Amino acid sequence: MNPNNYLYLSAVLFSIGAVGVLVRRNAIVVFMCIELMLNASNLAFVSFARVWGNLDGQVIAFFVMVVAAAEVVIGLAIVMTIFRTRRSASVDEANLLKY
Amino acid sequence: MSTLFAVVETSGNVGETIVFWVCAFVAVAGALGMVLSHRAVHSALFIAATMMALAVLYVALSAPFLGMAQVVVYTGAVMMLFLFVLMIVGVDSSDSLVETIKGQRLAAIVLGLAFAALLVAAVGSATYQVQGLDAANTVDGGNVQGLAHLIFGRYVLAFEVTSALLITAALGAMVLAHRERHTPRPSQREQSEARVRSGYPQNLPGPGVYARHNAVGTPALLPDGTPTDLSVPEPLRGVSAVVGVDHEDTARVIALAAGRAVGPADEETES
Amino acid sequence: MSSFSGAVTLAVDAPVAVTASGTFSLIWLLIGLPLIGAVILLVGGRRTNAFGHWLGVLASAASFVVAAVLFFAMLAQPLDGRTQRQHLFDWISVGTFKVPADLRLDQLSMTFVLLITGVGTLIHLYSVGYMSHDRDRRKFFGYLNLFVASMLLLVLADNYLLLYVGWEGVGLASYLLIGFWYFKETAAVASKKAFIVNRVGDVGLSLAVMLMFVTFGSVTFDGVLARASQASESQLTWIGLALLLAACGKSAQFPLQSWLLDAMAGPTPVSALIHAATMVTAGVYLIVRSNAIFDAAPTAQTAVIVIGAITLLMGAVIGCAKDDIKKALAGSTMSQIGYMVLAAGLGPVGYAFAIFHLVVHGFFKADMFLGAGSVMHGMNDQVNMRRYGALRTVMVATWLTFGAGYLAIMGIPPFAGFFSKDNIIEAAFSRGILVGLVTVVGAGVTAFYMSRLFVMTFHSTKRWTEDVHPHESPMIMVVPIAILALLSAIGGLVLNWNNAIVSWLEPVTGFQEPELAVSKLGMEGISLVVVLAGAALGWMLYDRRPVPEMAPAGNLLTRAARADLYGDAVNEAVFMRPGQYLTRWLVWFDNRVVDGAVNGVAATIGGLSGRARRLQTGFTRSYALSMLGGAALVAIALVLVRL
Repeated sequence: MNPNNYLYLSAVLFSIGAVGVLVRRNAIVVFMCIELMLNASNLAFVSFARVWGNLDGQVIAFFVMVVAAAEVVIGLAIVMTIFRTRRSASVDEANLLKY
Repeated sequence: MSTLFAVVETSGNVGETIVFWVCAFVAVAGALGMVLSHRAVHSALFIAATMMALAVLYVALSAPFLGMAQVVVYTGAVMMLFLFVLMIVGVDSSDSLVETIKGQRLAAIVLGLAFAALLVAAVGSATYQVQGLDAANTVDGGNVQGLAHLIFGRYVLAFEVTSALLITAALGAMVLAHRERHTPRPSQREQSEARVRSGYPQNLPGPGVYARHNAVGTPALLPDGTPTDLSVPEPLRGVSAVVGVDHEDTARVIALAAGRAVGPADEETES
Repeated sequence: MSSFSGAVTLAVDAPVAVTASGTFSLIWLLIGLPLIGAVILLVGGRRTNAFGHWLGVLASAASFVVAAVLFFAMLAQPLDGRTQRQHLFDWISVGTFKVPADLRLDQLSMTFVLLITGVGTLIHLYSVGYMSHDRDRRKFFGYLNLFVASMLLLVLADNYLLLYVGWEGVGLASYLLIGFWYFKETAAVASKKAFIVNRVGDVGLSLAVMLMFVTFGSVTFDGVLARASQASESQLTWIGLALLLAACGKSAQFPLQSWLLDAMAGPTPVSALIHAATMVTAGVYLIVRSNAIFDAAPTAQTAVIVIGAITLLMGAVIGCAKDDIKKALAGSTMSQIGYMVLAAGLGPVGYAFAIFHLVVHGFFKADMFLGAGSVMHGMNDQVNMRRYGALRTVMVATWLTFGAGYLAIMGIPPFAGFFSKDNIIEAAFSRGILVGLVTVVGAGVTAFYMSRLFVMTFHSTKRWTEDVHPHESPMIMVVPIAILALLSAIGGLVLNWNNAIVSWLEPVTGFQEPELAVSKLGMEGISLVVVLAGAALGWMLYDRRPVPEMAPAGNLLTRAARADLYGDAVNEAVFMRPGQYLTRWLVWFDNRVVDGAVNGVAATIGGLSGRARRLQTGFTRSYALSMLGGAALVAIALVLVRL
């Protein structure tokens, strides 16, 4: 099986995630999109690991998962805090830092 | 499970191809569904499907450990976290898909498509010889052992650093989630006084009790037969209109309560 | 006066200066003593109030004593040893350009030193009495000492740069003294006017110094004057004209004459010391000192003569019309200095006569100004001559002393003015008939207005206001006047005895016998007749006929002369108004164009920033969009590099 297919899939998923980040306003959904992008990159790592026949790519993917977990924890905590004060999870509402 | 992996891994080109296309379809469908669905909960479910599909693909790519980790970490831990937060935050106006920033959606889609095209073109122009992981996976007696050898060998420092990161993240989450109390907790007396003063001292009505709808999101009926939002938990109130009230039914109930004869619902004519 | 040596001597081969030693090492004391006096009085403040005026007199008198000692020491020197130079310190030393702070004492500066310290001391003495009721008498004496020190520095400097220091010091002292009663608006305005007009002249001096540096690479008298023949005539002409401008400013010559009349707002001793006897002669000194330049630049010399002639007549005409006794005297001062400048413009024929007239003018004009001060002292500080009259009966001493000055200025033999003025008239006729006529006519008009002044003040009938009780001034005022009157009476005779002053000055200024068409005696006769005619007219008009207490309307010339011949009006129309328009235009230009450009740039940047600011929407998603665009660009770059 041509590993390029995995990479195409990775690219498509990454782009969908990116567009999702740009068009969705719910902070939680935005987070999900970010997770999707991370997963897409993980897929690319794992594919390349197989292409080059070494496990380093998988190790990196593992580390990405760990970091993603930490990021989700902090990110969701921040969403909670913002929601508590602004009664909204919209990323557009948190726009005080502007001109 | 190990037999399943063996099947996927050893099923050769045809099997891998089938698995890939099925999983790829699920993954892309899930991704699109996540982006396009109105409800955050649906988005969470869609992305869970995507992640499951990715887990299978990992296994197909000779990475069984990562496949398992994907299932456990993402669909298990991370998605649960998302759902918990969704429960707390509840339904929100931001769920709407109406774009508020001018030109944002068009620009995002164009740019996303261009980016995808760019990546695809870049990948398509690359040429390389696939070496396969079979050799690497057997050096240490298996994929897990091989990864363990790397993680606790060459990458041990990075691994230790991630542990520090995780602890910091946990601590940070606690600090962020902690709410400092600036005023003394209201006593029972103060609470009951506030309740009397609020003009609604009695209990809130319970959830609606209809044969067809007894979900928590259905508004209760007041004694005069009118529905009330008061029975609905606050996070769900915004969508109470979605959980519709069948006014025909309520009219029948009121009529029955009044002792009038009521025909079958389908024969009922509007008066 | 027939014993002039027929030979022409020019001052080009000026005597070499001898380094001062022995008695001559005291030269610096001449400046130092009054300077110390000024410093003590001005820095010491109120503590010196009790003795301040006497300290001032003492400083000036001590300086005079030193000057007298030096004078006799100089007389004892052979003719080629009379130019003494004292080196104080190296002032400027840049590469080959060196300006030493040197003092130069020769016959010319000696004459000035004696005049300044002598007349200065008498006026100091007079001021003790005149200013006795003034709260700030001590300060007044401080300023007077400062003036004397500056003036001495001016005449003793051995280079034009040091002379410039004294020149400015004199201007400052003049400003301070004219504005001494600064609470009077006229005085404050007059001091400012004097300062500003003098500044115009100072520009001339600084230009001259710069031109000298460019032309000769030096600003010392030796470096400039001895090498004047090496420069081209046009260069010398320009230097001469710049020097003339400087002289016009300081000596109140046309067209910078306007400040002198207003300067009479200062105390009368100031008018006597500064605006008659000394400071205004600085311009004459400058021209005579720079004789080598003017000798080699005939155009500049002609300009000097023209300026002198114009001022001579202007001053005389103004003097005829003024009812204010001090202003009439100020007009006379202008006129007399016009004589000196004219004489200085005649070249070697006139230099010595200019200085001669300067000295005797110092005597009789100081005498008359102090006399006028004495009259004012007795008349409650009134200056309007139409309210004077018949004062000879109550102020006998003042009348007599003033009379000596009066006769001296008219040139009645044997009073001082006769000798000096006649010399100038003769020298003028040797230059040309027109120049000579101007001086003769000037002499006649002088006789007329001085007679008018004298008659209106001391003769005629009483026209006093009721509250005035004229009385003679105290001795401390009368004695200096008497000394000056004595000098006015016999000074000319003494100085002219055996051509004393001419032969004394000749080594510095050079000398040339005037060539006359008429005999010398005939010349004197003519001028005497004109003078007597003018005086007779004055007596007839003002003694025989009653003087109205209010000034009659007068004819066109009278009105013009009362308005200082419209000098101020011309200045206002030619300089002030256009200057104001220019400044207004500059303000407009600054506000609109300069500020407009600056503000425009700022506004443009501000506007652009305002637009750019809008990019910061605060929407995370917009930023994320830019990030994605950036990432796409980076990816494109990477791909292109790989390709």
